Amino acid sequence: MLEIKNLHASVAGVEILRGVDLVVNAGEIHAIMGPNGSGKSTLCYVIAGRDGYEVTSGEILYKGQDLTELEPEERAAEGVFLAFQYPVEIPGVPNTTFLKEALNAIRRHRGESELDAMECVKLVREKTKEFGIPDDMLKRPVNVGFSGGEKKRNEILQMAVLNPALAVLDETDSGLDIDALKIVADGVNALQSPECATLVITHYQRLLDHIVPDFVHVLANGRIRRSGGKELALELEENGYADFGEAAE
Amino acid sequence: MPKQPTAVDSFPQQFAEVKFDLPGSGLAWLDDRREAGIETFNALGLPTPRLEAWKYTRLQSLEDTQFRSARADDANAVVDLIPAVLPADPERPRLVFVNGFLRRDLSMTGGLPDGATVECLTETLERDTGWVETHMGGAIENDEHALLALNTAMMSSGVVIHIRPDVIVSKPIEILFMTGLTDVPVAYHPRNLIVMDEGSQATLVKHYVGAGVGAYLTNTVTEISVGPGAVLHHYRVQEEDLGATHLKSEHVRIGRDGTYDSFALAIGGRLSRTETFARLEGEGSHCQLNGAYMMRGREHCDNTTVIEHMVPNTTCREVFKGVLNDEARAVFQGRIVVHKDAQHTDGYQLSKALLLSDRAEMDAKPELEIYADDVKCSHGATTGQIDEASLFYLRSRGIPQALARNLLIQSFLGEALDEISSTEVRKAMMDKIVHWLPAHCFLADEWRDG
Repeated sequence: MLEIKNLHASVAGVEILRGVDLVVNAGEIHAIMGPNGSGKSTLCYVIAGRDGYEVTSGEILYKGQDLTELEPEERAAEGVFLAFQYPVEIPGVPNTTFLKEALNAIRRHRGESELDAMECVKLVREKTKEFGIPDDMLKRPVNVGFSGGEKKRNEILQMAVLNPALAVLDETDSGLDIDALKIVADGVNALQSPECATLVITHYQRLLDHIVPDFVHVLANGRIRRSGGKELALELEENGYADFGEAAE
Repeated sequence: MPKQPTAVDSFPQQFAEVKFDLPGSGLAWLDDRREAGIETFNALGLPTPRLEAWKYTRLQSLEDTQFRSARADDANAVVDLIPAVLPADPERPRLVFVNGFLRRDLSMTGGLPDGATVECLTETLERDTGWVETHMGGAIENDEHALLALNTAMMSSGVVIHIRPDVIVSKPIEILFMTGLTDVPVAYHPRNLIVMDEGSQATLVKHYVGAGVGAYLTNTVTEISVGPGAVLHHYRVQEEDLGATHLKSEHVRIGRDGTYDSFALAIGGRLSRTETFARLEGEGSHCQLNGAYMMRGREHCDNTTVIEHMVPNTTCREVFKGVLNDEARAVFQGRIVVHKDAQHTDGYQLSKALLLSDRAEMDAKPELEIYADDVKCSHGATTGQIDEASLFYLRSRGIPQALARNLLIQSFLGEALDEISSTEVRKAMMDKIVHWLPAHCFLADEWRDG
């Protein structure tokens, strides 16, 4: 599904990723953990294609094609989804309108027919019901006045509606209390299937109690320093990231 | 080489040529006012950037263009389609002016309750000269204003609206000013008089629209008097041609517990300037001056407002938002004056501009002048670009860049449109915005209808 080879990336001329290698297969959940400033968010943005995040060498292959050639919207249409650490507020645009535009843009890209307003509302309502999201969140402008938990739930709703093949969750647990964390984790688990893969980026182990990874990787100083099974997360919880200190290079 | 005549020279000359044909000619009081007007104009000349209030807007194009005074036969232009803001409705009055003259064949006057008058200034002058003499100039505080003086000298028509005490006009009154389709550039000077008697209510939609290509000048003056407890919703759409010069001043006085609520959408015109002078003269009165503008090419749009709080317990609210593309330029000058006696004034002003191009320019000059000590007044002015994080967020959800930009522009302006209390008008304005947006227009029906 996703194959990252010796990826180097810079932001404003500063190299942040210094040779990341990672392979994620369909049906797998991978967790990437690491200290602050290790390059976790940069990796997310590079995968999603944000301007200003420049790949200087290496490859990102998604379903065998070079992802870096595609615009962010094309990546989304191909099935890549990034759940943001800090979802953006868009005043004046109701959530339903946003979801409909996003869904239909992706459907157009795939050569599928667009859904009309009714069909779209029906689909979205199914998802809100499934994930226990209150209907009034749909009528409100995108993320405006949402609590931290509501914003993250809104990310999961978008993910459920757009139904990606590769979901990347950037510190989705940050700022969440335990109840909100559980709702978000339930959403991610419900969307996991043999056809899709999930990459969970997190600083803390606690999210991984709810989203159980098949593999855990430690990102420090711009590289994957260690990989293992879910027990690696527990070990990190115990010992912290001291072994992967920024001075290690 | 002999000096080419300029507009400054040509207006007095035009006045001398047409003054005996102007409406009301022969009425001593009106002739006197016209003569005084042209004298003031001669003395002042066209405003130049040397005047503080005209620092950012140059009327050079007027100097460079020879305008002919619009004549009655200019009104006979073939109009296939009336570019009304609101759908036609026999229950709703609609006056259509073409090149400054009322076209009765295109107008509708039905649906008005007793006690409401909506007519052309020339009709009022014939019907009740005394009323015009009493009310004209009544809302104007300072007549040392060149363009106002020129309008007084040259005014040939305009709309008169008089709503008598406690009369409520429920459907919006629409007035269209179409200009263009003439052989040479024309100039005309409409004078509108709006008098809302005590306890009356009305909604007015004015549409200034270009009918073709080419240059023209409209120099409008609107006088508005909102009586005690009266409410006027005043909506304007300025959709002039790329070659148009659109100048207007609005003079508003608001009595006790009266409300003046205005929203102005500007989406076209080579050079436009709207000056609003509003005076809150009665306790409990409220003034809203809101607007949105969208300019492209080398268009220039200036909104200059002066709100004066004269007495205690009055409120004002002012929100202007604009989008500038290419080399367009906008000016916002907002002055709020709180006079010595105007305790407990509550004022709010916000100017926000979104620049879509590096070459676009915004000049914002908010000014608060406060002489009372117990007041609440705030203002803010920002100019920025489309937020990169928001754009990326939308694109990461599959929305193509052009669409995402449009969506963010709509989102930005939508906040200003929320100030419009009439749903019908708000939808019509949103339609105008959507059609202005760059190619690949984003059109979400449920949003516009929402």
